[in-house]
Amino acid sequence: METMRGRTISPGRVEGESLVSKEPIGFYGGIDAKTGIFIEKGHELEGKSVKGKILVFPCGKGSTVGSYVIYGLAKNNQAPLAIVNKETETIVATGVILAGIPCVDRIPVEKISTGDRLVVDATAGTVSLTKKGQ
Amino acid sequence: MHLTNAEERILSGENGEVLERMFRLLVQLGDIYGADRMIPVRSAQVAGVSYKSIGDPGVEFLEDYAAKNAKVRIVTFLNPAGMDIEDWQKLNVPKGFAEKQLRIMSAFKKMGIVVSATCTPYLAGNLPRFREHIAWSESSAISFSNSVIGARTNREGGPSALAAALCGVTPNYGLHLDENRKAQIFVEVSAKLEDNADFGALGYVVGKQVKNRIPYFRGIKDADTDQLKALGAAMAASGAVALYHAEDLTPEAHLMETKGLEKLTVADKDIEETFSKLSTGKEPDIVILGCPHSSLREIMTIARKLEGKKLKKPLWVCTSRMVREAANRMGFTQTIEMAGGKVVADTCMVVSPIEDMGYKTTAVNSGKAANYLPGFCKQNVIFGRLDTLLEKVTA
Repeated sequence: METMRGRTISPGRVEGESLVSKEPIGFYGGIDAKTGIFIEKGHELEGKSVKGKILVFPCGKGSTVGSYVIYGLAKNNQAPLAIVNKETETIVATGVILAGIPCVDRIPVEKISTGDRLVVDATAGTVSLTKKGQ
Repeated sequence: MHLTNAEERILSGENGEVLERMFRLLVQLGDIYGADRMIPVRSAQVAGVSYKSIGDPGVEFLEDYAAKNAKVRIVTFLNPAGMDIEDWQKLNVPKGFAEKQLRIMSAFKKMGIVVSATCTPYLAGNLPRFREHIAWSESSAISFSNSVIGARTNREGGPSALAAALCGVTPNYGLHLDENRKAQIFVEVSAKLEDNADFGALGYVVGKQVKNRIPYFRGIKDADTDQLKALGAAMAASGAVALYHAEDLTPEAHLMETKGLEKLTVADKDIEETFSKLSTGKEPDIVILGCPHSSLREIMTIARKLEGKKLKKPLWVCTSRMVREAANRMGFTQTIEMAGGKVVADTCMVVSPIEDMGYKTTAVNSGKAANYLPGFCKQNVIFGRLDTLLEKVTA
């Protein structure tokens, strides 16, 4: 298990399985707040659900309404367990703070693959990684 | 972060629960991004207005704040709604949707927010000055105010812009500071840019590659504000570009050091490829123009091209109510209506429920709209230049 140290965006501690996007994510127009499913055509996670996963992506993109989509995902019980970024922008930070979703950034996300086990201690700003199959 | 005594008192709840909660959000953001203090902002632009975008959780959130008597402290304008607020009945908007949308508008109005319902506040009465600190959401308006005007805002999310509007301040970090406004990637444009859609295509292709960095453009020979609006909007949709510099066109470009920057080139073939890549449909059910909201000049151009023509398919020109008033006065609206089109105020194709109104393929001249319509509105898209689109739908 490898522990990586980053920056606290929104506190909390969870364990779970990762869902990784190498591309940036725009929550508005990217994910349906009612179902938690990726709807952006041609996105590498199109059709996948974020519910109960630790969502890992480099940075945000697109609409500033994304904060409300993150808040809506939580209210509709479709939210990811946590979010891990290379760089969290204000739009995602606002969303996770309002929604109470643990979030850490400044993590080398390229080390993480979909299906890896993660322990996200957002309060301490750490992410512990166990590669799939290990 | 340093907080004044008055700010500490807001955090202790002395000014009520809403202000405490909103100010706490700003302090948290300031702590994360290393702000030294709060700075006053002169205006705000609040996104997250359409019921389609924010849903029931958003309605509850806003009504709760309005009921607790939250009031904005600075000039605050609002993004487009999911429908024309006055003429929604004529546009087949589902009734349940309309009721929720009207509740959202009432909540914003009660908070003292100007229910401008436009993504182009700078064309409708909220114009910041060079170097003014503001707190705007709406990715395209952020790009325009930072880049074309030289005002200063971070990419605020809808709720963080609302927080700044209610508190009158924003944490001092990011694009509020000179050192964070420097160019980070050099973009050499050899492509010929003529139609506004060419600028949208350029924005889409550059945004995809630069992601959240600050591009410096060389080679854009000339551009009017409509074209710069189209460029910025597309870059903020396919990427997260909040600020760009364009040589001889934008106010901070001459301050930039471009030596040693990573370089990107955009040629004619990249623009053509973008048009064909984003075009997933063949025959349009409807043509929708005005993303971001049309300026009066854009409406005038469309009206002139439609003079004496008959449309075979519906055509909407989306704009703010303020600009539509001027278009009415000049007879542009009437010309477009005579051809069979509509000038729609307060809303646009992205935030209105067009997928529930029987449309499957939408033709647009906007790189931003072409980016959002397939996923969020379940539309096939035809992305093209204005003349090409009008040719498809006029007899």
